[in-house]
Amino acid sequence: MKGVVTVTGGNKKKKVKTIKIDTDKCNGCRACEVICSAFHAAPKYSGNNPARSRIRVIRDPLADIYVPVHAGEYAVAECAGREKYTIDGKEYDECSFCRASCPSRPEFKEPDSGLPLKCDMCEGEEEPLCVKWCMVDALTYEEREEEAEEQEEQEELEIGLESLADKYGMQKLKDAIARMSKKD
Amino acid sequence: MRYAETGFNLEVDLTRGNIERVATDPGDTELYLGGLGTNAKILWDRVPPEVEPFSPDNLLIFAAGLLCGTPATGCNRTIVSTISPQTRLMAFSMMGGFWAPELKYAGYDKVILRGKSPDLVYLWINNDQVEIRDASHLQGKGAIETSELIRQELKEPKAQVAAIGLAGENRVYFASIEQSKSSASRGGIGAVMGDKGLKAIAVRGTKDVNIAQPVEFLELCNEVLEYIKFREENPIPGVMPILAGLGSPQEMKVHDEKWHTENFMWGNSRVRKKDFWNEEIAKEWTDTMENARRRLISCFNCPMECGATISLPGLPTYMMKCFTKLTYAMAAMSDLDFGLRIAQRATEYGVDGFSTPQVMAFALELYENGVLSDDDMPGMPSDTEGRFYWLLDKIVRREGIGDVLANGTYWAAKEIGNGAEAYAHNNIKKHEQLPLKLSMLNPIYFLMYATGEKINITQIEGQFPQAPYPKREQREEFVKDWFQVPDEKFKQYFLDWELRGEKSIPYYPTVEMTCDIVDWQERMHYIDDALGMCAGLSSFPLKPPYHIHNYPKFISSGAGIDMDEAKLTQAAKRYRTLVRAVNIRRGMRRKDDKPPENHWKKRFPELEKELLDGYYKFKGWNNDGVPTKESLHELGLDYVSGDFIKRGILTDNGGAPSKETSAENEKK
Ligand code: SF4
Ligand code: SF4
Ligand code: SF4
Repeated sequence: MKGVVTVTGGNKKKKVKTIKIDTDKCNGCRACEVICSAFHAAPKYSGNNPARSRIRVIRDPLADIYVPVHAGEYAVAECAGREKYTIDGKEYDECSFCRASCPSRPEFKEPDSGLPLKCDMCEGEEEPLCVKWCMVDALTYEEREEEAEEQEEQEELEIGLESLADKYGMQKLKDAIARMSKKD
Repeated sequence: MRYAETGFNLEVDLTRGNIERVATDPGDTELYLGGLGTNAKILWDRVPPEVEPFSPDNLLIFAAGLLCGTPATGCNRTIVSTISPQTRLMAFSMMGGFWAPELKYAGYDKVILRGKSPDLVYLWINNDQVEIRDASHLQGKGAIETSELIRQELKEPKAQVAAIGLAGENRVYFASIEQSKSSASRGGIGAVMGDKGLKAIAVRGTKDVNIAQPVEFLELCNEVLEYIKFREENPIPGVMPILAGLGSPQEMKVHDEKWHTENFMWGNSRVRKKDFWNEEIAKEWTDTMENARRRLISCFNCPMECGATISLPGLPTYMMKCFTKLTYAMAAMSDLDFGLRIAQRATEYGVDGFSTPQVMAFALELYENGVLSDDDMPGMPSDTEGRFYWLLDKIVRREGIGDVLANGTYWAAKEIGNGAEAYAHNNIKKHEQLPLKLSMLNPIYFLMYATGEKINITQIEGQFPQAPYPKREQREEFVKDWFQVPDEKFKQYFLDWELRGEKSIPYYPTVEMTCDIVDWQERMHYIDDALGMCAGLSSFPLKPPYHIHNYPKFISSGAGIDMDEAKLTQAAKRYRTLVRAVNIRRGMRRKDDKPPENHWKKRFPELEKELLDGYYKFKGWNNDGVPTKESLHELGLDYVSGDFIKRGILTDNGGAPSKETSAENEKK
């Protein structure tokens, strides 16, 4: 997966955090789900519940399907069309590879409130904890620096604003921005 | 708030179709921890010895261990307890996989089943919603097949399902309960499930499990992971590969089967093939395994990958672990390909991979020796492999001779008569054992075989090396980082243990040392079974990541129960004694505490008597193996001695029993 993009101050460099997933190495143990949900409990580690995890292992042992998926963006609506993949003779269900928290499925939602969950790359930790707890290296972590392109940044910003406008309505968003600018 | 445990059990009355959610007493957790410990308490309280295994009053308890569902690596065991139809004693088989944590996330520590459903049903636990559902369409279906069908009809791919196959439905005395790659196999608990008319329990949970001291607990978890890494990189030198690392015996990974095939017995635990393993066989079996094995798989929250999905051409995929890889192959004097193929059918039928092949080899031995005749085996094929399939089908359907064999070698031999009893030679307490026959009596193993109440050697051995190292330097090396010992004296025991001479078996370790060693090994298994920990990361391998020094911290910070080594040792002793008490009340006595007659060629009756006397005393049991009034009092088990006195098992002054009862005589 391509992770959260952070722009380091001024020098136009950005850090790209990538979690590489090797589905061949996954043994389906769900340790990644356990530690992710424990880390995000409040207070930290005070409980755990894989249903709250921001990584989910889509597994079907008899069909030899093991796909760890990290929660990505929230989607207001489900996709109009869906895909089924066949790889190495194995047919993957619709949505198997999708990272969205979306109305079509229970994945990546808080079980009680239904609020969307999103992987934050374990903010504040040295390395993502799902990676650390995946001792068989189905998940590995890579960090690299890239030249930041203004263009891309701009795009990201716009996509972000658009989704907020979708969610809350343009007027509310404008009001919020106005309020924030006053504070500055 | 309750920590680590949920504080609730599900009580299900299958006769009336009644389901209740019942709060449990936190005081019981302090005394008996959870899992096996609290199961033993419930069986003592609610299943008096008059209750037959197939009575509606027998309970079938599925328990998640105390720490299941927490982030503690490898803590995923479901402990299933009931009264066994085969041994007629308490059975407490466990299974790994994914079921126990899911039960915790659904909000329960145990499911306690009583009564009998008139029609075949399954239980569906979906958080707070629990229902008994019709399973008539699942009748006769395989165990794995059933799990898949249930997941599909519930539209809940994440539900974890524990199910029985045809063997359980037909009350075969060695029927298992299957779940994921794991199964609860020993003692015939699948038969009790079938007798209750329960085909499966499906569970799905999305609630939290709480931790009392989160930061401390996580630190302990991380230390365990670090140590697992260390042990993976540093296998123990000087022992065979399957004993060098962690996990359940890594039968799915390890191809070198020289040790098993040449040291374990073939057929009906008779023939030793000393030079069996050669290059050609090694190559053939390696190819078979590599082609069949689709992927190595783990249980919940564990990196060890002790199991595998097995896909053979023309057969549905199934999951396997451990020694079942070889039990069928060796019992039928065949090869690995046959072993893996028949294991597929056996897994769907849901039968124990240790007992089943032995029962079939036993039947063929009877046939070859004229005890069973062609009349008993109408239509049986002429080749051994064909015969195994034929027998398996007869047994799980309880047809013809299969109906007799379905009760296991002990009961079958009794029923067949005509000298058949001599062929049922590998049992302890009526239960088939690993096919091992050795030369010189080993005092440690003698006591473990004789007194291990799980009646399976792998469920009591583990912490102390199986044999001495030849050289003192090697032993010194071994004890250097052996911090898991509860006391430094164990290092000395091992350092002085020689292959030959004065300090070798059978007289060394001495009786006193042997008691210490056996007690330590057993204690660790009992702790695992209460916490829900996999023995493969704790009581079974040498130098494991979980041990008597870090367990109290796991319990304190995880469950919020103030714990130290002494308190934990005492708790384990308490419920271990309670398991014994349940069995004593059902007629078990000293006469039942013995290994298979022919397990060792060289026996030492005097020494064996001293060992048993010494161990009973050490455990606080009288000479007949009954816990004494004083030792029961010390453990807070006065209610047990009260009952014993009432029943004449102990006299008021705590003395010897008035008359002997026997588990055998209790059978109608
Ligand atoms: S921890 Fe690793 S091996 Fe286990 S399920 Fe997650 S990705 Fe797969
Ligand atoms: S990186 Fe952190 S937040 Fe993201 S899925 Fe892994 S553990 Fe969860
Ligand atoms: S060590 Fe093996 S058997 Fe034990 S929990 Fe881990 S994968 Fe399962």
